[in-house]
Amino acid sequence: MTKARLATTWLDGCSGCHMSLLDIDEALVAVAPLIDLVYGPLVDAQEFPQDVDVAIVEGAVSNQDDLEKIRLIRRNSHILVALGDCAVTGNVPAMRNPIAVKTILERVYVEGADTGKGIPTEVVPALLKQALPLHDVVKVDLHLPGCPPSARLILFVIKELLEGRVPDLKSSARFG
Amino acid sequence: MPSQITVRIDGVLCTATEGQTIFEVAEANGKVIPSLCHMEGVSPAGSCRLCLVEVAGVDRLLPACTTPAQRGMAVTTTSDRLVRHRRLALELMFVERNHVCAVCVSNGHCELQALAMSLGVTYVRYPYNSPRLPVDVSHPRFVLDHNRCILCSRCVRVCDEIEGAHVWDIGGRGIGSRVVAELDQPWGDSQACTSCGKCVQVCPTGALVEKGYGVEEMTRSNSAVARLAMKKGAAS
Repeated sequence: MTKARLATTWLDGCSGCHMSLLDIDEALVAVAPLIDLVYGPLVDAQEFPQDVDVAIVEGAVSNQDDLEKIRLIRRNSHILVALGDCAVTGNVPAMRNPIAVKTILERVYVEGADTGKGIPTEVVPALLKQALPLHDVVKVDLHLPGCPPSARLILFVIKELLEGRVPDLKSSARFG
Repeated sequence: MPSQITVRIDGVLCTATEGQTIFEVAEANGKVIPSLCHMEGVSPAGSCRLCLVEVAGVDRLLPACTTPAQRGMAVTTTSDRLVRHRRLALELMFVERNHVCAVCVSNGHCELQALAMSLGVTYVRYPYNSPRLPVDVSHPRFVLDHNRCILCSRCVRVCDEIEGAHVWDIGGRGIGSRVVAELDQPWGDSQACTSCGKCVQVCPTGALVEKGYGVEEMTRSNSAVARLAMKKGAAS
């Protein structure tokens, strides 16, 4: 049996969903032989690879870098899973959405700064007008809400996908 | 004395008293129809549209909470079409304001959140409205967070019909509608408010909460208010 090529990453999120992924604990041992982890915070790959079977993405699309990343991930992946509320709804990163970007940047980098006042124009990617759920930007195949989704649910989703089924999350996954 | 009638709910013959709503008859016969604005003991509002049902011979869907059961009526309380409409209604509630469940005091104790889960709403298909809304913290004990309000009007009805204070109303029009205290003034300035907290106890989301609670900490006792309503009904 060929191993499924799995990639995970986070955009504008707190990595809490990845913590929950690691919380599947001993089940990792059972899942490991079935997958080839080709990209993610736990492996060395620098570039998002081609031909990924399942990409699991945490976090909202908040800046130009997130936008380019999620488009590349979508192009290179067969199944894209939005993991957690930030990827599914925008969640906490989207709490800035009612406020204009310029106002936020001035508040943080000018009013809030003790030294080096000024909105950065280099290194830090430009913020998008709003922090968006993944499906506002690319096609998402499966939404797994939760902040974070429980380890049990994440394991269920991975197992179902590995067995070629679409996981039924009715009455098990919830926002928050 | 009101006469007894027979209606069919999901194919099952049910006895009802004339004047009872479809919602009441269904409930009495062990059928669960989802709802966010219905509350036992206060008048129905028909505002949330989650209790929509199909009635044989009627093209459009009808809210079970405001439609009286009639002799010979055949009601369907769940179907693919109804689930589609209920999901749509829920999704529109989620996009209208800022329901950030993860940082809400009512997380885990919220009727909107629970209903989304049971109806299998795992994401919202429409763009979020992300309005900038105020939070009224002027009351010494309670908070009104417009970000979480779904305009079910339970607070309005419980304050008017049970407490008898009528502090709350819905002001504005359409998407600009807001729950307002008295003539749209800070809640803390309200002369009529008795600080009884009934509105807080019946709020289905995290819009009306007690001060001093953190994320997930706010629990409610809707049933206590319903018991009061029953007593009031029996006494009058």
